[in-house]
Amino acid sequence: MLNRLNLHHHLFLFATMLLLWILLTGSVALDELIAGVIVAAVVSMISAPYINIFDGIRYTPTAIVSLLTYLGYFFIALIKANLDMARRVLSPSLPISPDLLEIETKLESRLGQMLLANSITLTPGTLAVELRHNKILVHWIAAPEGISLEQATKDIATGFEKHISGFLK
Amino acid sequence: MRLIADVILLLGAIFCFLGALGLIRMPDIYNRIQAGTKAATLGSIAIILGVGLLYPDWWTKLLCIIGFLLFTSPVSSSVLSRAVYLSGIKPWVKPSRQQKPLNTSGEKS
Repeated sequence: MLNRLNLHHHLFLFATMLLLWILLTGSVALDELIAGVIVAAVVSMISAPYINIFDGIRYTPTAIVSLLTYLGYFFIALIKANLDMARRVLSPSLPISPDLLEIETKLESRLGQMLLANSITLTPGTLAVELRHNKILVHWIAAPEGISLEQATKDIATGFEKHISGFLK
Repeated sequence: MRLIADVILLLGAIFCFLGALGLIRMPDIYNRIQAGTKAATLGSIAIILGVGLLYPDWWTKLLCIIGFLLFTSPVSSSVLSRAVYLSGIKPWVKPSRQQKPLNTSGEKS
């Protein structure tokens, strides 16, 4: 328990709470900010020992860069996914050949695996169904027949994994 | 500004419509979840962005909503599809393709 209570963890929690406060109040006036700092400090101090989903975060300067590139990559993938889905839905022949298959992830933290599964769900033609240890069961709307686990992992997950592993374990 | 906002709102509505169309056209529940999730996520984000352009004072709260949507909508669809998978519903496959056993890793049913 105690080794989790490091300074980075507290600061990150505090910054998240403060950001949420600023977004919800929608102002950066001084009195609002002071109230926000007090509330965020109290909340993060009370809840820090019980919150362990942030365990996997890498506190390095390059993490911010990879977070931003991940976000960019993610939104491009989201738009591509929608265009792809629109094409499939609108074409009269309904060109799908769906299948369930497994892929493997190198990410270890729960937050990282969750983020990867979320990203898989929102990208072209794939839906994360089940997460077991380090294997994700994926429903792929256009699965090539007889594809191997390595190839499927490379096609679906590697792009995201590269970006996510920059800021999560 | 008004025009850009209208175009983005219209795009969002189109994506939501395509999602609804996907729900009708897809052959089984997994594909329906796929069509619904993706279209609903981008469609609602586009609509929220359009509202943000129309009412610039709201953008901080709208940003909160977008973040919340991005986290919850894939999670809920994964939960749904996992429940479907665990209750033993096989995915629809093309008739030309061999039906695989449902559990690919064979750890538990």
